[in-house]
Amino acid sequence: MKLLVASLLTFAMPMAAQAEIIVSDPWARASVLASRPGAAYLTLTSDELDRLLEVTSPVAGHVMLHGIETDAAGVSRMVHIEGLDISPGTPVTLAPGSSHLMLMDLSRKLEEGESFPLTLVFEAAGKLTVEVPVLGPGAMGPTEERP
Amino acid sequence: MRAYLAPQPPQAISSGEADIRSEFSLTDHTGRAVTEADFAGRWQLVFFGFTHCPDICPTTLAYMASVLDLLGPQADRVAPLFITVDPVRDTVPVMAEYVSAFHPRLVGLTGTEAQVAEAAQAFRTWYERVEEETAPDGYMMAHAGHIYLMDPDGRFEAVFQERDQPPEAVAEEILMQIEKEEQQE
Repeated sequence: MKLLVASLLTFAMPMAAQAEIIVSDPWARASVLASRPGAAYLTLTSDELDRLLEVTSPVAGHVMLHGIETDAAGVSRMVHIEGLDISPGTPVTLAPGSSHLMLMDLSRKLEEGESFPLTLVFEAAGKLTVEVPVLGPGAMGPTEERP
Repeated sequence: MRAYLAPQPPQAISSGEADIRSEFSLTDHTGRAVTEADFAGRWQLVFFGFTHCPDICPTTLAYMASVLDLLGPQADRVAPLFITVDPVRDTVPVMAEYVSAFHPRLVGLTGTEAQVAEAAQAFRTWYERVEEETAPDGYMMAHAGHIYLMDPDGRFEAVFQERDQPPEAVAEEILMQIEKEEQQE
């Protein structure tokens, strides 16, 4: 998947000397019900300090970034994150049970086996679109899919 | 801007495990009125969540499905229960469609808001409605993310969280408990 994304990146941003972002292993869960929010996951790697500012997709009315915040008492809560910082060389992984992109107001049910475009806007690297494959409703990731 | 979900340390552990009881009067996803008595004699794996939950609930239910598959023939000895904390939206037909996506054995339970509150109280679990303007219908449900293992008498045996161990470890623990129970008989 990395090669494909890298080539998309080249296509999207022909200008030289810009930050390079690698988006690897993007995936989303199939919707159980069309009216329910979906969740997408991916890993971001950058060669310089960057920040994910916005995510959009034609299949969703809007996309929110959710993370987990743990307070002093050890209570964890999902929180809406406005932007996501990416340090050079340290991959940021959104994975089930920790953080995810919440796909709100889906225009249709996400069916297993299909894919949809997701556009990510970075402060330094600019705009980048990746194709997100839809795995089963119970999938845990692209490499360890569960039935 | 808090959205939802709180895998908080179960009050169970601090307030005494004996306090946690499987006691409820709810409606299953086929529309049948059920209580804990309908599952008596079987171990119960119980998770509280809601169907608008994008991440923790599908993740945990998929995890429970993996555990059930790993139990093999002993899965018959376990009743997997998904109790909604959002009964207003999670009606019987919604629950039916939702649970079938995860595992054929998974039982979805809903009811009135009072019935759900009573069930949560018996399990000493926590949830609350959180206003969130960008969420569907303007709210989300915050809830603890625990899976309870209850013994065949409806008493608390153990609590798990999806992120703490692979499903194999939970299946192993359940198989061990079933074996221990058989030896005592």
